[in-house]
Amino acid sequence: MSFASKDARVEKDIFTKRAYLAGLFVFILLCVLAGRMVFLQVTQYELYASKSENNRVQLKTVEPIRGLIFDRNGVLLAENLPSHSLTIVPERVKDMQKTLGLIQALIGITDDERARFEKRVKSYRRPYEAIPLKFQLEEDEIAKIMVNDFFLPGVQVEAELVRHYPMGKDFAHVLGYVGQMNEAEKKRLDPIQYKITRRIGKIGIERYYEKELHGQVGYQKVETNAQGRILKVLEKQSSIPGKNLILNLDARLQRTAMEAFDGRRGSLVAMDPKTGGVLAMVSSPSFDPNLFVNGISYKDYNALRDSLDVPLFDRATRGQYPPGSTMKPFIGLGFLESGVTNWEEEIKDPGWYMLESDERVYRDWKRTGHGEHIHLRDAIIQSCDTYFYEMSFRTGIDNLHPFLAQFGFGQNTGLDIGNALPALLPDREWKKAYRGRSWYAGDTLNLALGQGFMLATPLQLATATSVYAARGEWHRAKLVQFIDGVAVQEENKPDNIVLKNPANWDEMDRAMEGVITHYQGTARSLKRNLNYRMAAKTGTAQVVGIKQNEEYDSEALLERQRDHALFVSFAPIKDPKIAVAAVVENGESAGKTAGPIAKKVTDRFLNDDRPKGIAYDF
Amino acid sequence: MAGDFIRQLDDASMQRGRSILHRMNIDITMLFLLLVLCAGGLFILYSASGQNMGMVNRQMIYFALGFFIMIVIAQVDPRWFHMAAPWMYGAGIIALILVLLVGVGAKGAQRWLSVFGVFRFQPSEIMKLITPMMVAWYLSSKLLPPRLKVISSVLMLVFLPALLIFKQPDLGTALLVSSAGIFVLLFAGLSSKWIAIAVVTVLAVAPIMWYGVMHDYQKQRVLTFLDPESDPLGSGWNIIQSKTAIGSGGLEGKGWMQGTQSQLEFLPERHTDFIIAVYAEEHGLIGVLILLMLYLLIVMRGIYMASRGRDTFARLFAGALIVTFFIYVFVNIGMVSGILPVVGVPLPLISYGGTSIVTLMAAFGVIMSVYMHRRI
Repeated sequence: MSFASKDARVEKDIFTKRAYLAGLFVFILLCVLAGRMVFLQVTQYELYASKSENNRVQLKTVEPIRGLIFDRNGVLLAENLPSHSLTIVPERVKDMQKTLGLIQALIGITDDERARFEKRVKSYRRPYEAIPLKFQLEEDEIAKIMVNDFFLPGVQVEAELVRHYPMGKDFAHVLGYVGQMNEAEKKRLDPIQYKITRRIGKIGIERYYEKELHGQVGYQKVETNAQGRILKVLEKQSSIPGKNLILNLDARLQRTAMEAFDGRRGSLVAMDPKTGGVLAMVSSPSFDPNLFVNGISYKDYNALRDSLDVPLFDRATRGQYPPGSTMKPFIGLGFLESGVTNWEEEIKDPGWYMLESDERVYRDWKRTGHGEHIHLRDAIIQSCDTYFYEMSFRTGIDNLHPFLAQFGFGQNTGLDIGNALPALLPDREWKKAYRGRSWYAGDTLNLALGQGFMLATPLQLATATSVYAARGEWHRAKLVQFIDGVAVQEENKPDNIVLKNPANWDEMDRAMEGVITHYQGTARSLKRNLNYRMAAKTGTAQVVGIKQNEEYDSEALLERQRDHALFVSFAPIKDPKIAVAAVVENGESAGKTAGPIAKKVTDRFLNDDRPKGIAYDF
Repeated sequence: MAGDFIRQLDDASMQRGRSILHRMNIDITMLFLLLVLCAGGLFILYSASGQNMGMVNRQMIYFALGFFIMIVIAQVDPRWFHMAAPWMYGAGIIALILVLLVGVGAKGAQRWLSVFGVFRFQPSEIMKLITPMMVAWYLSSKLLPPRLKVISSVLMLVFLPALLIFKQPDLGTALLVSSAGIFVLLFAGLSSKWIAIAVVTVLAVAPIMWYGVMHDYQKQRVLTFLDPESDPLGSGWNIIQSKTAIGSGGLEGKGWMQGTQSQLEFLPERHTDFIIAVYAEEHGLIGVLILLMLYLLIVMRGIYMASRGRDTFARLFAGALIVTFFIYVFVNIGMVSGILPVVGVPLPLISYGGTSIVTLMAAFGVIMSVYMHRRI
């Protein structure tokens, strides 16, 4: 090393010069930092202050508690039970596969749950929304998740109130159920009221009264940390619970009807003629609505969907059957109203009827005929078809159609029954429009027997019977009696039916009572143990068309091709309290299948001596 | 002006005569400024750690250790450093190679060397001191200002450890080690011609670095820096939250332990690299300016102390260290406030962590040694 050539003074000068430069350089850079801070903290203060506030304060929506549903006696039909579900906020999960794997190892996830979770994650949703993975966690499952909380960021156990239907399948169709909201529903519904609601009414009363049952959301202004945990509630507005519904339906009748069907396909609707209140409405077979609340598994759903008995189908409001001879009391009144006959006129019934204009033989169900002296009363009691052929020919469709329409056939007259079908009451215009042909006299004959084109739902038959029982005074069928204690108002009531001769009601009552009490009555088997006076009419509806010269041989037909059995009734005759319509698919004999079911329900209703308005155990 | 003020401070301390501290080779002015900074740092840390007294206690132990090391090093005559420089440099390079071969680490980087499994140390930290020491040693025997051949040798001396550190990978430390070495060159009078050439070269080399050398995570950091909003939940989150914290502090701040961004944990790494954001949120622009002023005084005093060194080696060594200290400050605050890329540099003597405290205090030990051993 040679220091000789180095000049210490020069080097010190260089350093000093550079030291000043360094000082200047440091000062300038510090000014840059200070300038940056002034920019952030003064110029952009407002922006960042609001950003910080948005970070800190969040507006949390508080879900309202869904309204409860009770039957007419205060029996709870739909309640909200606490349930724990496992939810995941995908944005907070680093490795979704790993997280799902760990949850799988801890509490198990079925392929079904996983598939549905992944579907929910993919479909549109708000950022940072918790997506449910598993519902109804058991205590030990909750504990296992809590203990491993640290390894499961973004995974949380949420307590929520979940809809439960204690009566299960008894009320499945009429009450409906709530289920997971889908995308279309999300778009349709009020985004504020449904911000965090996961389930809405899908069918039945739950759907029709969704607005009333849902309630009003509240909110909480909360301070949260970065993990979203609530640290402080700054402001609060409570939610308003949904309104409670008290139905017209009676859980006892509903259960009685379900038991009476015993799994057979069919439907029963019972109404209070004085109010139009639906006392019972069942469709059999039914299903457990609780399956749908948390999203039904594919396996369960496929089983329900693929069942030949179509349990998901609501026969009461959407099952369209040819009403058959149950139409006879209404049509009989129509004959009298149009003046083509009276109670005294008798006809001869050889067992068939022919129109002058066509070759076709219109047969009576009784091949040998009902005798030489059949008047209207006999025609009702014995269900004489020939009488009705003759009189309907005399009356004509143009008189018959408007009269029957007064009873609500061909329309949906229910007050709060959302998806009921109008079925079909045919007339000239309808046939022209939908069949492209004119109305033949034979069409009127078929209509007189409740066959041909005519279709009616059990609800329509019950409504017509109820209006009949109330002497033509209209009340629309209604499921709900009170909404939070306020009686449901009946609007747009159809016009009451006023007969030219009101005595015809009483005469027809006698005829219908004869259906049960007369030794030739088609429902005479119901007479036993009847401690009240009941008016009724049976009916059968062909499922398979029988050709002109063919015999109907029930043995040869498959079970599902046999005739449907129908039955309408009301009781007590002097002061009608309950009107019933029952259909048993392929039940063949109304007197043996549909009739007894209707009678059981009527019995249960009229013979229950327990005080009204008090809830009791089942 | 600042220089005059620093000198007056010095004179004030001189008038008190040969105090114990002076006899211990401690510059009382610098000691005072460092104590103020460290004490303030503890208060900031208490809030930034979420009132974690355990963390504050550990930091106090690190400070105690740091001051002890500073005092010890201040006793060493700079000539001893001159003597030891090449040996220490050689040992440091070997340690860095060992890190790459048998090092331990976390988060995908090998930075630590385990000594018989008893204790671990980070050779790259020590290189922040050794590299400028080596360059100063080399230049002290050469004619200054340095010529091209000398400059290239210096660059070799600087980039060898920098490259090894970069390979760990630890971009932040590699940059600090390089800059520490380069500052020696600048203090040695590197002509502005070469500085201009260097700047041009860097601009030319940048694309090569981008496509050839940089790891994906480093590229990601650069991209995130350019447009943090593009990935607000991932890599951009840190900067967005720190800017929000700083900006929402306003002029006066939200108050000690009242910063919502930091206390509610929106701010990441709030007690380490991003601690300035906590401070800025809670104490506002006024607090930030006071802190910047404190750093300015420390750096100015440091530069003054270095310039009073006995020989070229001592001055170059100490000068590079104090400017490197400032680079720490600038890179950290620049990064947290969003004008520099996120490279993972702690805020000197404020951020939590023993390693950087010990290194920094050792550097101040060197500066004190240089200043206090100025008279023969």
